[in-house]
Amino acid sequence: MLHPNSNAFTAESTKAIADPQLQEALGVLRTQSIPNRLKAANNLAEFEQLRDRARDLKDHILGHLDQYLLQFEEQVKSSGGQVHWCSDAESARQTILKLCREAGAKTVTKGKTMIGEEIGINDFLAENGIEPVETDLGEYIIQLRHETPSHIIGPALHVTKRQVEETFREHHTDLDAGRSLEEPAALMAEARAKMRHRYFEADVGITGANFLIAETGSTVIVTNEGNGDLTQMLPKMHIALTSIEKVVPTLDDAMTLLRILPRSATGQELSVYVTFSTGPRRQIDPDGPKAFHVVLLDNGRSAYLGGPMQEMLRCIRCGACMDHCPVYHAVGGHAYGWVYPGPIGAILTPALVGVENAKHLPNASSLCGRCESVCPVRIPIPKLLRHWREEEFTRAITPATQRTGLGVWAWFAQRPAMYRLAARWSMRILRWSAGARGRFKSLPLAEGWTRHRDFPAPQGKTFQDQWRARSRR
Amino acid sequence: MSTDRDRMLATIRAGVSRSVTKDMPKPAPVIPRRGQLQGRALVELFRKQAETASATVAEVARAEDVPAAVAEYLRGRNLPPQIRLAPDPRVEALDWKSQPMLETSRGASDGTDTASVTPVLAGVAETGTLMVHSGAPTPNTLHFLPETHIAVVYADELVGTYEDAWTQLRAKQGGDLSSGAMPRTVSFVTGPSRSADIGKILLMGAHGPKRLHIILVDAKRPTH
Ligand code: SF4
Repeated sequence: MLHPNSNAFTAESTKAIADPQLQEALGVLRTQSIPNRLKAANNLAEFEQLRDRARDLKDHILGHLDQYLLQFEEQVKSSGGQVHWCSDAESARQTILKLCREAGAKTVTKGKTMIGEEIGINDFLAENGIEPVETDLGEYIIQLRHETPSHIIGPALHVTKRQVEETFREHHTDLDAGRSLEEPAALMAEARAKMRHRYFEADVGITGANFLIAETGSTVIVTNEGNGDLTQMLPKMHIALTSIEKVVPTLDDAMTLLRILPRSATGQELSVYVTFSTGPRRQIDPDGPKAFHVVLLDNGRSAYLGGPMQEMLRCIRCGACMDHCPVYHAVGGHAYGWVYPGPIGAILTPALVGVENAKHLPNASSLCGRCESVCPVRIPIPKLLRHWREEEFTRAITPATQRTGLGVWAWFAQRPAMYRLAARWSMRILRWSAGARGRFKSLPLAEGWTRHRDFPAPQGKTFQDQWRARSRR
Repeated sequence: MSTDRDRMLATIRAGVSRSVTKDMPKPAPVIPRRGQLQGRALVELFRKQAETASATVAEVARAEDVPAAVAEYLRGRNLPPQIRLAPDPRVEALDWKSQPMLETSRGASDGTDTASVTPVLAGVAETGTLMVHSGAPTPNTLHFLPETHIAVVYADELVGTYEDAWTQLRAKQGGDLSSGAMPRTVSFVTGPSRSADIGKILLMGAHGPKRLHIILVDAKRPTH
């Protein structure tokens, strides 16, 4: 997916909330994702300390990014591989196509890569006569369904077991139509069997990379299925598709991030397979690819170094912020309209596709702060969202209803006495009209907001009255 | 003509020069205390963590006991008595003839083998993780293609933390892992392959091994 559909966020959210299958699928965030992470975090005494170190490590790296990328490149070369610097999506696509043609590729197996989504590599390869085959089970399911990932860790999070069964029956028509797929294990066995020969057939394997090691020139993948390893091991060429902010100085530094990534992402102590790949097959090796390429994408990231949004580049793509986001819980990932959903998506999308193409996203948050409280690298997500909101407002691209609302607020805000008076009266009126339950079923001018939730009536005194009372104490 | 590389580096350098973190030192690592153990406590932690990750663990006293333990494991699960051995002395040199029922072959896997037996570089107690690497005596395909992966871990290969495991690898490769000294692949393996992509139901055996069995040998690795 390349073209953002993020300006349709409001319409897409409405659809998402009315979709019972999606709502059923999203339930696992509350029943599994949140408790699993909490348990893993509590299970490691040094978890919070590791989060601090991880934040500092990423800050250090971003402050020395040129140095580490050059060291990485030199190390890839000295182990027999090549690094391709690609400033934008088009450059990355062309580079990959050229490499695939060099390898005479007809089919390409793919491990999970969000950068691949960012540059729309699947459609591009298909248009050029090369068949891309997704090997991650979730990616395979959504490839069959012609959908895009709705979560950066669980791409098929939005699909229920029943829907997987329907999809397999529709596509695996060579199998006995009367077979039982009642058991989830039967679905998994079917996918495993379908995929097996495809690994061996492929001429090129494309994977992502969670980290790049400057010390050794290694690319690192973190998976549970083992598909990423088979994808990069069996074809004659391995292409790791990644972005500039993923570099880490040393192998030992990578372990700091690896101690917090799986715990935050899936609640595992460590993902099943963490593989460091360095260069092509060695002379003595009995297996492995003969060529090793790293496609290093910028796509606008470097422009944010040294600016107020630099902290977003600390992200290690664990998905915890979306797992804990009440907005994501309600609407899922597709409503966000581009590659990265949830709170981090609401920051990255405007950064990478332009604020004007993602104007609702920075507002798709109540700034409740749960994302920041779980982010393993402590990205101040609400602060960065506010930055985009301000930018939208100054550039006059804030959605119209909010502009009027904010305009009224601004008039009062500049007149403190009027503001106090208006706030006191509004509270009294709101309390009175909310009735005994103290909640509104619907609010004038905010029907969209109250359609799916109640609005609590304000209690007690206004903030300013309380503030003044307290300062007097 | 400026290349993509030049353009990217120019923007990155400009950003770095204005960055508030450009003087930020690299922080020292925090190594969890959990793994900093010795002797029996280390073995117990490894075992507990590996089992939590759904691996199975057996303990034997001597290297000579390994073939019988492999045969017993396969028999107990009704698995075919065929194994593909890593051509590494720690595994290959064991007395497999003592188990006449076992059919053995050796070398990389082409995907038709049902079970592999491999050595490891290290067992990491912190999370019950195996560190394996590719190379002539340890083909990478043996770690990923067969449905059953049986790993043999000797007592002196058991370490507490990931950092200790890297130290073992560095020592083996002459102290430095840069400039191509790193084996082509190094994998940390924790439990058998799994996926929760079907309706968030966690199932074992997605694309890699469905079963991971670890045999802990209470003896130093054989020297050859
Ligand atoms: S912003 Fe933080 S919580 Fe969200 S994906 Fe990135 S690292 Fe994880």
